[in-house]
Amino acid sequence: MNNKQQNTKKVVVPIGPYHPLLEEPEFFALYCEGEKVVDVEWQAGYNHRGIEKLSESKHWDQVTFLVERICGICSTSHPFAYCNSVEDLLGITVPERARYIRSIIGELERLHSHLLWVGLAGHFLGYNTVFMWAWKYREPVLDIFEIISGNRNHYAMFKVGGVRRDIENEDIPKIRKVLGELKGQIEMLTGAVLDDPVLAARLKGVGVLTKEHIKNFGAVGPVARASGVDIDVRRDDPYAAYPLVEWKVITTENGDVFDKAVVRLLECFESIKIISQCLDAIEGKKGEIQGEIREVPPGEGIGRHEAPRGECFHYIRSDGTNRPVRHKIRAPSYVNIPTFKASCIGQTIADVAIILAGVDPCYCCTERVAIYDAEKKKKLYDFKYLVEKSKEKTEKIRKEI
Amino acid sequence: MNLKTKALKKSLWVYHMSGGSCNNCDIEILDCLTPKFDIERFGMVLVGSPRHADVLLCTGIVNKKCVERVKEVYKQTAKPCVVVAIGSCACSGGMFRDGYQMGGPLDTIIPVDVYIPGCPPKPEAMIAGIVKFLEKLK
Amino acid sequence: MKEIIELLKENLGNIIKDIKVHNDKRIYLTIEKEDIKSCTKIIFKDRNARYIIASGIENFDSFEILYHFGFDKSGTIVSIRTYLDKEKPEIESLTDIIPGISYIEREMWELLGINFTGHPELKHFLLRDDWEKGNYPLRKETYEQ
Repeated sequence: MNNKQQNTKKVVVPIGPYHPLLEEPEFFALYCEGEKVVDVEWQAGYNHRGIEKLSESKHWDQVTFLVERICGICSTSHPFAYCNSVEDLLGITVPERARYIRSIIGELERLHSHLLWVGLAGHFLGYNTVFMWAWKYREPVLDIFEIISGNRNHYAMFKVGGVRRDIENEDIPKIRKVLGELKGQIEMLTGAVLDDPVLAARLKGVGVLTKEHIKNFGAVGPVARASGVDIDVRRDDPYAAYPLVEWKVITTENGDVFDKAVVRLLECFESIKIISQCLDAIEGKKGEIQGEIREVPPGEGIGRHEAPRGECFHYIRSDGTNRPVRHKIRAPSYVNIPTFKASCIGQTIADVAIILAGVDPCYCCTERVAIYDAEKKKKLYDFKYLVEKSKEKTEKIRKEI
Repeated sequence: MNLKTKALKKSLWVYHMSGGSCNNCDIEILDCLTPKFDIERFGMVLVGSPRHADVLLCTGIVNKKCVERVKEVYKQTAKPCVVVAIGSCACSGGMFRDGYQMGGPLDTIIPVDVYIPGCPPKPEAMIAGIVKFLEKLK
Repeated sequence: MKEIIELLKENLGNIIKDIKVHNDKRIYLTIEKEDIKSCTKIIFKDRNARYIIASGIENFDSFEILYHFGFDKSGTIVSIRTYLDKEKPEIESLTDIIPGISYIEREMWELLGINFTGHPELKHFLLRDDWEKGNYPLRKETYEQ
């Protein structure tokens, strides 16, 4: 880009690649004029592990375990999409009980992922009460996973053609109990978060994405739905048990960070609804959970899954051997993160952290922010100063509302 | 036990660093802080800068792009500093050891004191690992 | 589904070399690499398809890029397939039509060695800046070594 020359005159704010609390190392350089961000540059790869290549050296069954380890938060989304893609290649359908179990796992994951996001969003704003609160409610969901699969994360439930483990009938009442409690808790959390004047002041009208932006960057999931783009793979390209149960797609119109929070919180209720219907369908019954697959013929397949962060896309190609020739993976954040180009520019530095967090890419940067004058290489503001600034702004807004 | 070790053991300040992980270990580390496990009751706090840290929790395979950064962060910590490799990836490379981006495992880059294996290790396992190490220091 | 095939044939009739219908929701088109720009312009701008991603693949005698587009109303994915020379893989960049495609083009450039003409900043994205030139991890021969 030829604005590089112009950028040397501006103040550069590096965010990352290491930030103290969380998640993947990722690097953003903010080019600023005073408090205003005028350009953002994204450098990825600190987390690149070459999974697409490794996948070509594993056989079809092993790949599910590999893709599970792409992301720890959506550790069922990638196997889900991968299994869908192989099944698309083979043209088979999964036994009904397995379809319900798949949906249960997928929705439980959405629950814990959205709660995690709400907590982190609170944390980014310096609102640690919300952080502790949301994460406390997230624990019972992980406990359910431990009951079902034996592990809190990385559940290893998926298998091409079905699922690996059944949900035992005696576990179902336990799951129902937790879900019942969780519903009340999330209702309270939603009420508290959405009515909070400080949060509203801090999040409304911040980082707005229009429909045009969403289209240009191909953004998906809650980010797109918060801007009024009504897409959801679960409804548009039905798979697993989603066409068999009742639920609705949540959309809002404003496209700011507040609306993204609203979409995520309301989706939690839909998830609870889906899970209880799926539990009704499998309770007290027995059935096949695995289809039989002998070999994978040459061909290509595309599988999708609506992960908590949006559409997760897998493309596989087979040449008839027991390994994929090519396995292309597109995680939702890959198209969601670039929207910062539209949403961050023109905003103040204090808002950038929450805007970046708004797309739920999982990171926490504020504490690593150091502002340098690009010409003099001198540190201008430190973390303390920024926190002060952020507090000042909140106070100012509080008086205004 | 010298003074430095005695001071180190009192209240561990923790810096967390991810070197190309699937961020599940990172989430579980953060989980230790939240009400269910609440390690703050032992005086352990996550801090924002490696210069304040007594313990460096490192997760992930440490990919080739991260190697320099990891060394840099280790250099910045005040010594003595305990380095903990969390998760199978940091301990051995796990299923990524054949990948083209593999720069680690961690102990080939910086000296490691404690290994906590698991994919991911449970918060209980992490707490147990640290406690065992503290007992060893006596 | 039929509507989408009709729509594609109507708009792109003269440039489609081959059309393969895998099932109700998956359509694969093959076109010449020279037509990629006009083709995406029609599908993405005029027909409002959603850009999903592009996948680059190395074959024995060619390189192949699949541009995946989603028609969300019907849940159909249309993948536009185009073949590039094995010796000198090169294709026009689509960044001026789809701003979001910039990152995947950079990724294909560094992992597969496909050159995108007209891309504004073709530099390393996932790998280190000092990554060895000519070492493309996703190519097959790299793996054999």
